[in-house]
Amino acid sequence: MTEQTTFLLRHRAVPNIDQLDVYRANGGFEAFKKVVTSMQPADVLAVVKDSGLRGRGGAGFPTGVKWGFLPNNIWPHYVVANADESEPGTFKDREIMESNPFQFLEGLMIASYAVGANLSYVYLRGEFWQIARGLDEDIAALEAAGLLGDGLFSTQYSLRLRTHLGAGAYICGEETALLESLEGKLGQPRLRPPFPAVYGLFGKPTVINNVETLTNLPPILDKGAAWYKSLGTEKSPGVKIFSLSGCINRPGNYELPLGVTFRELIFEHGGGVPEGRSVKAFMSAGASSTIVMADDTALDTPMDYESTQGNLNAPLGSASVIILDDSVDMAWLVDKTVHFFRHESCGKCTPCREGTYWMGHLTHRITHGKARPEDIELLDTVAAQMQGKCLCALGEFSTMAVRSGIEKFRADFEANVRRAAHG
Amino acid sequence: MNALLSKYPEQVEQILARYPADQKRAAVMPLLYLAQAEDNYVTKQEIADIAEIVGISDTDVVSIIGFYTLYHDEPGGRYRIQVCTDLPCALRGADQFLKNLCENIGVRVGETTPDGLVTIESVMCLAGCHRAPMFQLQGDGDIAYHENMTVEKTLALIEELRRHVKTGEAAHD
Ligand SMILES: Cc1cc2nc3c(=O)[nH]c(=O)nc-3n(C[C@H](O)[C@H](O)[C@H](O)COP(=O)(O)O)c2cc1C
Ligand code: SF4
Ligand code: FES
Repeated sequence: MTEQTTFLLRHRAVPNIDQLDVYRANGGFEAFKKVVTSMQPADVLAVVKDSGLRGRGGAGFPTGVKWGFLPNNIWPHYVVANADESEPGTFKDREIMESNPFQFLEGLMIASYAVGANLSYVYLRGEFWQIARGLDEDIAALEAAGLLGDGLFSTQYSLRLRTHLGAGAYICGEETALLESLEGKLGQPRLRPPFPAVYGLFGKPTVINNVETLTNLPPILDKGAAWYKSLGTEKSPGVKIFSLSGCINRPGNYELPLGVTFRELIFEHGGGVPEGRSVKAFMSAGASSTIVMADDTALDTPMDYESTQGNLNAPLGSASVIILDDSVDMAWLVDKTVHFFRHESCGKCTPCREGTYWMGHLTHRITHGKARPEDIELLDTVAAQMQGKCLCALGEFSTMAVRSGIEKFRADFEANVRRAAHG
Repeated sequence: MNALLSKYPEQVEQILARYPADQKRAAVMPLLYLAQAEDNYVTKQEIADIAEIVGISDTDVVSIIGFYTLYHDEPGGRYRIQVCTDLPCALRGADQFLKNLCENIGVRVGETTPDGLVTIESVMCLAGCHRAPMFQLQGDGDIAYHENMTVEKTLALIEELRRHVKTGEAAHD
C-alpha cells in the first residue's frame, strides 16, 4: 500500500502546526523569505513551471503557465485564492485551512510575490464563517510578526491579505463568477475573453488559484522542482488530496501521490464498502463527473489527470471520489445531482436555466413513480441538447451524471418506470 | 442619518478598509452579514443604509440578497438548522435523519417551530460529507458546523438554544 504523504496535510505529522510559532519552528515562512530576499519573481515562476504543478481546483491547468499570462504593462495585479469549495463530495481545502492554515497563506504569499501583487484575497464560501475568522486572526499574527505589511525583510516588497466571504452559491467557485461576487455583484460568470489574467478583479490582471494548489508552493520552493517531479506521474506530478465519501467504511481525505489506483484508494485506504456490499460505481470528481461503472478496468485506473479522463471518460477534477454500492439506484442518484445543479444554476443563460429545470422535472417524475417509458429518452435528449451551449461549465457538468447514468445503468431507470406502470 | 453606520461605526470602517478606496461596492456582502448579525435577517431600513454606504441602489442590494442563500430579507427562526441532504450525505442517511428530526420536532422542512426558535431547512453540500449526517447552525451572527449528528444530539442542542435564549432575555429585563 502506498503510504500517505503529509506535505499538504502536514498537521497530521506535526501537532499544533496551526500555531504560528510551531509552523515557523518547523521551517515555516523560510520559503517565502527566500523568494522575497533572494529570487526575482520570474525565477519563482520558473521553479513552479518546472515542478509541473497543475491546478487542483478542477481544470488541472499548469500553475506556472497561468501566472505567465499576466501582462507586465497593466497594474496592480491581484491573486485570489479560491476557497469556495462547494463541489458535492469535496472537503479538502477546508481541512487545510482549519488545520494547516499558515502553509496555505504562505503559498498565497509566494504566488503574490511571483506575480507582483501587493494585495491578495481569499474568497471563502459563506459557510466557512469560522474558518474565515481563523484566517483573519492568522493574517493579523503575520502582520504583527512582520511577515505581512510594508517593506518585507527590508526589501521594497509590500503585501497585504484579506478574506472575503461568499454567501451560499456554488457558482461562485467558477473563477469569473467569483470575481463578480468579490466585487459585490451577483455571482454570475463573465463572458470571456477577456480572461482574468488580463481583466480580472476590479478590471485588473488577476491570478485565481485553488487553496490546495497554493498549499503546494512552500514545499516546492523549499525542496525544488526536481523533488516535486519525483512524486506522482510524468504528466501529473506531485501529490493530491483525494476526498473520499459515500458508501465507504473510512470516508475522509487521503493525501497520495497522483497515479495511485482507484482500487487502492477505495479498498486499502478507505477500507472498502460497509455491510459486505460491493462497489457498483463511483464518481471521480463529485457531482460534476460522469458515473463510472466499477469494473476491473476502472478500479485499476491510476488516479491522474490523463488516465482518469482517457480510460474512464471522467475528469479527475478536484478528486472528490464518491463511492456508490450495489444498493444505490442510479435514477435516484441522477435526481439528486440534477436537483443540485438546478438549484445552483445562476440563471444567466437559457440552455442551463431551462435545461436543468426540465431535467429536474423529468428525474422527479421518474423517481416518484409518475414517468412514462419515453421519459428516459426525453431526459437524455434534454441533456444532450444542453451540451456545448452553456455559457460556463456548470451547465455542462449538470449533464454528466444524467447521460452516463442512462447509458450505463438504464435498467435502474427502467425499473422506476415499471413501478409507475404497476402503481 | 444612516442607522447602520451609527450603530456599528468601527465595523463599517473596518469592512470598507478591506477593499481599494474606489471599490466600495465590494463591501456590500460583508455589510449584509453585519446587518443580519443580530436578528438573522436584513430589514428594509438596513437595505437602504447599505445602499447608501456603498453607493448603489436599494434594488441592487435586494437582488444580492435574493441571489445568495445565506442572506434573508424576512424573519425566520432565530436560528436556522440547515441539514445537508446532497448526494454524498444522502448516501449516509441524511434524508432519513432530516425526516426523523422533523417528525420529532413537529415541523416540516422549511418551517419554524411555533416559539420562533428554529427553522429547519435542507441545503446543498457543506463540505462535511465525510461526517454525515451533518448540518450548519446559522444564528447570533455565526455559522457553526455540527457533524456526525443524531436526532437525539440535535434535540439536545435545540433545548440548549432554548435555554440560552431564555436566560439571554432574562438578562435583558
Ligand atoms: C461551476 C464551477 C465551480 C467551481 N468551483 C470551484 C471551487 O469551489 N474551488 C476551486 O478551487 N475551483 C472551482 N472551480 C474552478 C475555477 O473556475 C478555477 O478553474 C480554479 O479556481 C483555478 O484554480 P487552479 O488553477 O489552482 O485549479 C469551479 C469551476 C466551475 C465551472
Ligand atoms: S451555464 Fe448555468 S451557471 Fe453557467 S452562466 Fe449559464 S446559467 Fe449560469
Ligand atoms: S454532501 Fe453533505 S456536506 Fe457534502
